Amino acid sequence: MTAALPDEHFFRRESGRLVSTLTRMLGVHHLALVQDAVQETLAAAVEVWAFRGLPDNPSAWLMTAARNRAVSLLRRERTTRRFAPEMGRQADADATAAGPGSDLAHLPPALRDDELRMMFSCCHPDIPEDAQVALVLSLLGGFSAHETAEAFLVSRAAMEKRLSRAKKVLSGTRELFELGARDFETRLAAVQRALYLLFNEGYHGASPETAVRLDLCREAMRLVTLLVQHPPAATPATHALAALMALDAARLPARVDEAGDLTELARQDRSRWDTRLIARGLELLEASARGEVVSEYHLEAAIAATHALAPSAEQTPWNDIVELYDALLRIRPSPVVALNRAVALAEQLGPERGLAALRSIPGADRLAAYPFYPAALGELELRSGRVAEAQKHFRAAQRLARNPTERTFLQRRLAECERRRASDDTRPSSPPPPPRSR
Amino acid sequence: MSEFLYLYRLPADSAELPGSPRNMQQRLQKWTEWFRELEARGTLKVLGHPLQTGGAVVADGGRTVLDGPYAESKDIVLGYSVVQAKDLAEARAIAGGCPVLTYGGMVEVRPVLVM
Repeated sequence: MTAALPDEHFFRRESGRLVSTLTRMLGVHHLALVQDAVQETLAAAVEVWAFRGLPDNPSAWLMTAARNRAVSLLRRERTTRRFAPEMGRQADADATAAGPGSDLAHLPPALRDDELRMMFSCCHPDIPEDAQVALVLSLLGGFSAHETAEAFLVSRAAMEKRLSRAKKVLSGTRELFELGARDFETRLAAVQRALYLLFNEGYHGASPETAVRLDLCREAMRLVTLLVQHPPAATPATHALAALMALDAARLPARVDEAGDLTELARQDRSRWDTRLIARGLELLEASARGEVVSEYHLEAAIAATHALAPSAEQTPWNDIVELYDALLRIRPSPVVALNRAVALAEQLGPERGLAALRSIPGADRLAAYPFYPAALGELELRSGRVAEAQKHFRAAQRLARNPTERTFLQRRLAECERRRASDDTRPSSPPPPPRSR
Repeated sequence: MSEFLYLYRLPADSAELPGSPRNMQQRLQKWTEWFRELEARGTLKVLGHPLQTGGAVVADGGRTVLDGPYAESKDIVLGYSVVQAKDLAEARAIAGGCPVLTYGGMVEVRPVLVM
């Protein structure tokens, strides 16, 4: 009776596609109306398709239905506002002039353009970075305000405010961003950054809800693929960003379990890494190697690739990883990058060297509220056999934990400390673990 | 074997609109599976139709026409099907698997009157 949907993200993808295309057709100032029309169309499609099955071309079906819906909303809005029925006919004319029916004939390339242009429009310099990301999620990923709020751990009201301010800026631009515009390069950098943040929010983010977080990563990967497929946007940095996402995402099945609990890299079951994504990531990384610019995405992707190719944590070429972090620090000097470098250094030269590096991070005070700073200190103290010190740091980390996922993770580390203490008590003369130097 | 009309109802003030694409996709999947299962068991007599929320109520010998289909009731009928079952007990049990129940709706099960 019913053909299956093309894939499990069909509605998300269609939502972004419909909003982008209809916004281009009707003008950015009608953004809110377009969103309503798309929402109603998708909801109606669920009911009709449940009974009748999928039409031959669900995408085209949705585009026609959403366009008709938008035009009728536009007409109603104009008639009620101005009590002038002829405005309704004007609405029809607007829609037809802007997007003739023949639009449907050559959808695919136009669509990709529309979504890209929407993405670039969302990254307007007058919109703050966190709002850009939220806007991309809302308009291109079809995330509800509730889901977006959940992803960023802010209240729904705060997220709605953030989104509505951003949409105001966007609506004021009148037109979607032209991909041939002179500030294309600048805007592309902002888009890459927004997608990077989006992916990271899913990967490292605060939301305890696994499904939301995986959706964020997938959406970032879908959108970066659009950039990769579109020549002016497909720069080496774009390829590197896509590589980075694929290589990191490959580890997700081993990193986050059903309950949303984290397993850190060293303890992951590497047989659960996604080999298909690793292969894709390596391909993209190779494609990113043309040109002379080495972006931060190149370096992060290279780090991810080094992990992906290592058969085990012990057999990882940590010296390469430390060097890559050194290079990354030169481009993006940040205490968090320095923290990661120190952890890699500990793997390469032993925990004492790692601890020293952690303590001498320039601007370490900026890590004061970051739970993974004391957690890293705790980890290395534990490895050096100073369990009491480790416990102190893990407790400090736990006080800073921002969400249940982090709390659970740190709770497990504290339990490990307890276990080590108990076994030390029964064997008081147990020697400290051998240094892990290489 | 008797026939039963299933009316899929949702409270008119229900905030449980599909909302996000993720929910929509899940909802569609559940409904598709539900109908597929009814069909596979040979119990689906009439697939039925989904219904629009708008419409009118004609009453009072045609003198009164009310807009909207839910002038009297507090819920809207989303759609209907006709299902074959041994008796009301079985028809009720089958209705228990309907996806509308998972988002605040209900199934009204009405035996078709045969004489």
